Amino acid sequence: MAAPAKGGPGVQIYLPIAEMPVSVLLILGLGAAVGFISGLFGIGGGFLMTPLLIFLGIPPAVAVATQSAQIVASSTTSVLGALRRNALDLRLGAILIAGGFVGSILGVWFFAAARRAGQLDLVIVFSYVTLFTIVGSLMLKESIREFWTKRRGGAVRPRRRAGEHAPYLGWPLRMRFYRSKLYVSVIPILTLSLFIGFAGALLGIGGGFIVVPALLYVFRVPTTVVVGTSQFQIVCTTLVSLILHAITNQAVDIVLAILLIVGGVFGAQFGARMGRNLRAELFRFLLAILLLAVGLRFALELVVRPQEPFSVTVQETRQEARQEARP
Amino acid sequence: MRALGLLLILLCSGVAARAETLVTSVSNHRVLITSNYTGTSIVVFGAIERDAQTVSRGTGYDIVVTVRGPQQFLVVREKEQLGPVWINREQQKFPLAPAYLGVLSSRPLDEITSPQLRQRQKVGLRAIINAADFTNERAGADDAFREALYRLKAQEGLYLEDPRGVTFLTPSLFRASIPLPATAPPGAYAVEVALFADTVILARTTTDFELVKTGFEEQMGVVARDWSALYGLATALIALFFGWLANITFRRD
Repeated sequence: MAAPAKGGPGVQIYLPIAEMPVSVLLILGLGAAVGFISGLFGIGGGFLMTPLLIFLGIPPAVAVATQSAQIVASSTTSVLGALRRNALDLRLGAILIAGGFVGSILGVWFFAAARRAGQLDLVIVFSYVTLFTIVGSLMLKESIREFWTKRRGGAVRPRRRAGEHAPYLGWPLRMRFYRSKLYVSVIPILTLSLFIGFAGALLGIGGGFIVVPALLYVFRVPTTVVVGTSQFQIVCTTLVSLILHAITNQAVDIVLAILLIVGGVFGAQFGARMGRNLRAELFRFLLAILLLAVGLRFALELVVRPQEPFSVTVQETRQEARQEARP
Repeated sequence: MRALGLLLILLCSGVAARAETLVTSVSNHRVLITSNYTGTSIVVFGAIERDAQTVSRGTGYDIVVTVRGPQQFLVVREKEQLGPVWINREQQKFPLAPAYLGVLSSRPLDEITSPQLRQRQKVGLRAIINAADFTNERAGADDAFREALYRLKAQEGLYLEDPRGVTFLTPSLFRASIPLPATAPPGAYAVEVALFADTVILARTTTDFELVKTGFEEQMGVVARDWSALYGLATALIALFFGWLANITFRRD
């Protein structure tokens, strides 16, 4: 009787927390696509999933909170796989998590401050643009240079020459990371993780896309170890944020989460397999393109005249809360 | 002046109420949301009863059905250009906006009654949205925001006006079908039916229905709210389990 709900074809299922129906196939497909990219690059994929879910009409709070469940699932798969292949530096991961935790607290605080000022949207879009364009173009520049040297037949610069270290890597409190073939000061690593925790809490992302390039370029960690370690850090931080979201915002939709997870674990599996067969420089090139594309998309949103300058946000549904009070 | 007008209306409606009475009901007072819910429609029907003394009216009757969904606190923001970028500048708050607002009538509203009465009695979508107490007045600056709210809600099918939504089965028996899109939130919906003849309101009734989640959907809502920590942990465990399962399933060695 009712017109087919928007949100795609096929079987529809009603989401109990988002309070709207979605197409089962569409969500499974979305989970698989984002899972593929996540598995391929060792990133969480939250920065792709959140905007897509919001585009489908799912309330932003539910989108941000629920996609973290999918990230946990697909990253768990990757971590277990990496553990078996011994492609995971637990020690490095632990330090990233410790710093990230402190950073998250700062990020949540900043989030609240920006919301009070009424410019949270701007802060988020602006951060996306700067982070993605800077990280993306740095990586692109690096990979183009790499391709170029290779084509001219010149020897590719070795990943790490003896004694060739940035000075800050030699600061005090040095620690040895066997898997990553590193002997560096923990201070720059902690600083990095602090920043990631901060950005993650602010943008609702795991921060994998910052960890991966940073470990690759700044710390010169081998590509194989980078993906496993980054996924390990993502699982831990996202688990915490998933539970926090469920408690504070009550915005985790379990039905949506399961659909995304089922799609995501398949996608991540194929992504990870393909990632292993990908040449390292191609891997970095593709990741750079992906980041630049996302950054550009947000930049466009910022500068192009919007078709609809107005937007409506629901602060609170009143009767709803009263209605649902149990007898 | 205004008080006098109000008194006049009161008197009129008082006299009229003795002449015609309105009996209305909805097809379903408790609409259940199940896992395959994709929106629904509610039928309102009613009868106009007249006692023996009522004079027959030359113009015939008209019915206006107004449906209001649960109240929401809405904020409408407007993007403006600041240097090279577009950012949210001005905003307007609507503290008591209905999540759903449907106005169905037997004829176009401007044929049923006068603009003054529509505005005063809040008959029609525009009259409700442009009412002084709908949002704070800012000397005309609020108009664009009211208009935007209407436009955006109408796009979602949540605010609608149907000038042919009420059909008369007999001269005194009518029905109307209220379309509820899937995005209309659960909660209490008030249905107000007004009877018009010769541009004045003769009678008014209100009835209501409730849109509620049932079974699994309801339980999930309750658990997510009252046992939020447990719910979060359970979701996390499910995620970890699926991750592990995928790892086992796809293992190649």
